[in-house]
Formats: sequence, structure tokens, C-alpha cells
Amino acid sequence: MNDVLTPPTQNPDAAQVPLKPLGKVLAVTSGKGGVGKTFVSANLAAALAKRGHKVLVLDADLGLANLDVVLNLYPKITLHDVFTGKARLDEAILPAPGGFSVLLAGSGMVEYSRLTSEVRNEFLRVMNSLVPNYDVVILDTGAGISDVVLFAVSLASEVLMVATPEPTSLTDAYATIKVLVGQQQRQIIRVIINQATRPGSGAAITNQLQQVLDRFVVTGLNQPIRLVHLGDIPVDPEVRQAIMRRQLMMQATPGCPAGMALTQLARNLEDSVIPRAA
Amino acid sequence: MIELPDLRLDDASALLAHDGKNSELQRDESPTEYLQRVIDSLCELSLKDPLTGLGNRRHFHAALERQIETVARSGESVLLLMLDIDHFKSINDTHGHLAGDQVLRAIAHCLAGCVRPVDTVARYGGEEFAIILPNCRPLFGLALAERIRRTVAGLSVPVSPLLNLQATISIGGAYAPEWVRSTTELWIERADNQLYRAKSNGRNQACIDQPQELSVSAEEKGLLFSHLAVDNANPFESGPGNVTNRVNA
Repeated sequence: MNDVLTPPTQNPDAAQVPLKPLGKVLAVTSGKGGVGKTFVSANLAAALAKRGHKVLVLDADLGLANLDVVLNLYPKITLHDVFTGKARLDEAILPAPGGFSVLLAGSGMVEYSRLTSEVRNEFLRVMNSLVPNYDVVILDTGAGISDVVLFAVSLASEVLMVATPEPTSLTDAYATIKVLVGQQQRQIIRVIINQATRPGSGAAITNQLQQVLDRFVVTGLNQPIRLVHLGDIPVDPEVRQAIMRRQLMMQATPGCPAGMALTQLARNLEDSVIPRAA
Repeated sequence: MIELPDLRLDDASALLAHDGKNSELQRDESPTEYLQRVIDSLCELSLKDPLTGLGNRRHFHAALERQIETVARSGESVLLLMLDIDHFKSINDTHGHLAGDQVLRAIAHCLAGCVRPVDTVARYGGEEFAIILPNCRPLFGLALAERIRRTVAGLSVPVSPLLNLQATISIGGAYAPEWVRSTTELWIERADNQLYRAKSNGRNQACIDQPQELSVSAEEKGLLFSHLAVDNANPFESGPGNVTNRVNA
């Protein structure tokens, strides 16, 4: 390196990273795996679609994707083929039950569980062409803070953190929120408490998380972290039924308590971040 | 079967001899042993920077790759430092390239003396060096980089009987993200960004990208779970009174 004040530029892709994500991109993430990210992504997409939005769900858990399992879709062409240049982007987008579109990662994506500059570039290219065509793009990310997850989340305009009331889930959600605040200067994170045991318990948990953050996480005066409680999804036997039958709950039993909660989540999003569909 | 006299080993011998290595077949050595020794010495040579004797860029990249594997499996905290001599061009321009080489050698020697045997010091290129420090606790990173910076700043390099030169370095550092299989490119980029920060803040200083804080203390956990304690204490009561209690806890 020359001793001149030029920023390090050995990574020519850096300039392509958009500072502000375009359009409404929601990243659904969690600290711990198995708390229902993919369930929330798919069913929230269906709830938004039912309310007239054009929605796409992108399987952004490149290494360990299971959106295909939840939707019972096993396409021939996936994001993997788009990344490797074997297929065009529009060939990999399919209609999902529930009236939204999906872009599945495919099992060959294990090699993309490492964030190389190629993966970063391909991901950006795909996002840049997708976002203008949809009202909402939902990124179903992996759990935790691997660099692929952090990168996917950095492309989103809103972060939806899914957690269950269990101590392990809350600890990991809290740790992940700390990283998102520190690394990406996120100021608002929306919390969804899944498997809430009774009405109101989710809001109390979000409140609790907020209090611990206020006390232990130091940010600049003008950048306080605000957790917004987006809603609860109650424990509901219909959820398990739908998952075991590989059906989309919002299609099979939209009137069940969990289904009504998801419809309410969609409404809450309309009130806060997504313009109401015309 | 390979016959030694059939091989042209003159160039290899000359290279090794130039590096101060015994390149002749020894009396008690079999041809196989001799060839193995020549190959090993050539490998060693291919990883070394000829001017400073430090590891070269090839050596550095191999070592960094290995560390990424270690970190992914063990979660160990490993620090990467990128170091750049401040205003080196003006040393070359004012005092000549021979003086510049002497400064490079002296600083290289000094850096090698600052670190532990498990650490890797390499010449990254030009006037830039890199140090990989395995098992380096995040708390110590900045203090350590500072110590290296101060030691180099205190160095006086005799380049002629009448002239001693002093030079300073800027240091940028980054920890590998723990438990995560990152890439060498991203890791170097993060350390380089800190080096850039050190340079733009006025040089002769160290900046470290602190690792992402992932630990949740017992105190934090205690507060996080206080709602559960209330739940367990009153498993059958779920009135609004409890909710108020939890919020105020």
C-alpha cells in the first residue's frame, strides 16, 4: 500500500453495496434456529398477498435453506442455477401456494454458506433486479450472526426478529440484536414473539428485551435502539398440523388463532412500514 | 529410479548457497535424503521475503487460511494486524533506497522481536507488514498493537556512520469473527479499513476493529428472564396485574 490517503480498494465490489436498501425489503431473522423464521416468512407473505400486495420470499439461508420443505415445492431451477449462470432469474421464480412468489436456494447452495465476494455480488445483482418488481421482498435468513446472515440483513430496510419465550431463544435474540446495533447501526428492530403462551405475553417480552438493551448497550445519544413489538403468534395446534402436512397454514386454516395473528401482523406492517395496497 | 547425476541441480544449489544453506551432497547422505533436503529448503525459501527474512505474502496467506479454519472450529480469538511505515517514500527519496532497505530490515527485525513464537510476522508488500496473533484476547488487542507501535517509534536505525533514521508505523487490526468461517479477503479488508483509519487520523497510531460482542453476561440474562420467574410463580394466574408487574420488574 502506498502511503497516501486512499481508501483500501482491493475489493472492487464494495462500491456496489447500496447504502440504503431499495424498496421494502424485510429480513426475517432470529438468534436461535428452529423458532419459526421460515414459518413466519411464508405465512406473513401469504397474509400480505391476501391483502393485495405483490410479495416475493427469497430463501436467504443459503447454506441450510428449508423454505422448500415448508412450502412443499421442489423446483428444478433454483437460486443456485442463477448464481452459477445456468438459468435466468425469472426462470427461478415460482408461484407459491398462498398467492406470492418464491425464489428457493436449492440444496447445491452449501458452497455459498461462505460469504465470498462472488456470493456477495450475485446476491446484490439478484436483489437489484428483484426489488423494483415487488411491493415487498421478504428475506428468510439463517439464524445467528454468520457473515451471510449479516450481509442479507444489511440489504433489508426492516428487520423482523423472531423469538420464542424460551430463555435460549431470548438470549440469542438479544445477542443478535446487540450485533445488529453495533455492526449495522440499526435503530429499529421489530420483534415477533412466536409460540406466545397467552395474550400480552409477547409485548412484555419485547419490553423486557428493550429494558436490558437500554441498560447494557451503549449507543450514541442520537442513535437509541428501539424495539417495536410487531405482534405475537399464539401456541396453536393448527400450526403443527399444517407443518406436518406440509401445507401453508394461511391456506389450510386461515381462521385459526395463529392465522388471525399473522393477518394482524400484516396489518401492523401496513400501519408502520408498507404502504397499503391500492 | 532417479539418478542424481541426471538432474540439473545447479540453479537450486546456487539459490540455497546464496541463502547461506548447505547445498552440497553430504558424505553420509543418501541421494533420496539429499533431494528431500533440497526440496524442503526450496519450499522454505519460497515462503521467505529475501530482504527482511520474514515470511512473504504467500506464507502469510497460507497462515491466514489456517487460522480461519481454526477459528471456525474452536471460536478462538485471532487478531490480524496490518502495519504500514509512515512516509516511507520520503525516506527513500531523501536518503536513497539503500537506507530505505535498512529501515525495512530494522523494522522487520523489531516486529519479529515484539511477538510470541506462535505469531506469524510477514512482509505483505512494499513497506507494509502483517502479523497474525492466534489466541489473543480481545481485551489485549489494542494494548498489544500500541506496544508494537511504540517499540518501532523508539527505534533508531543507523544508515551511515553519521546518520540514524527514525520511522513510525500505523497499525490497523481486526479479529476474525468467532465461530464463523469467514474469508481471508474480508478479514484483510477489515484490518485494512482500520489501517486507513489510523492513517487518516494522523498516522503513528493503532486502530482495532473490536470483535462483535456476543457474550451475554449473567446480569443481562437475569434481567432477560425475570418474566419467566413471574410465570413460574403464578402458573395459573394470568390477570393483567401480572403483566404490569413484569413490565415494571
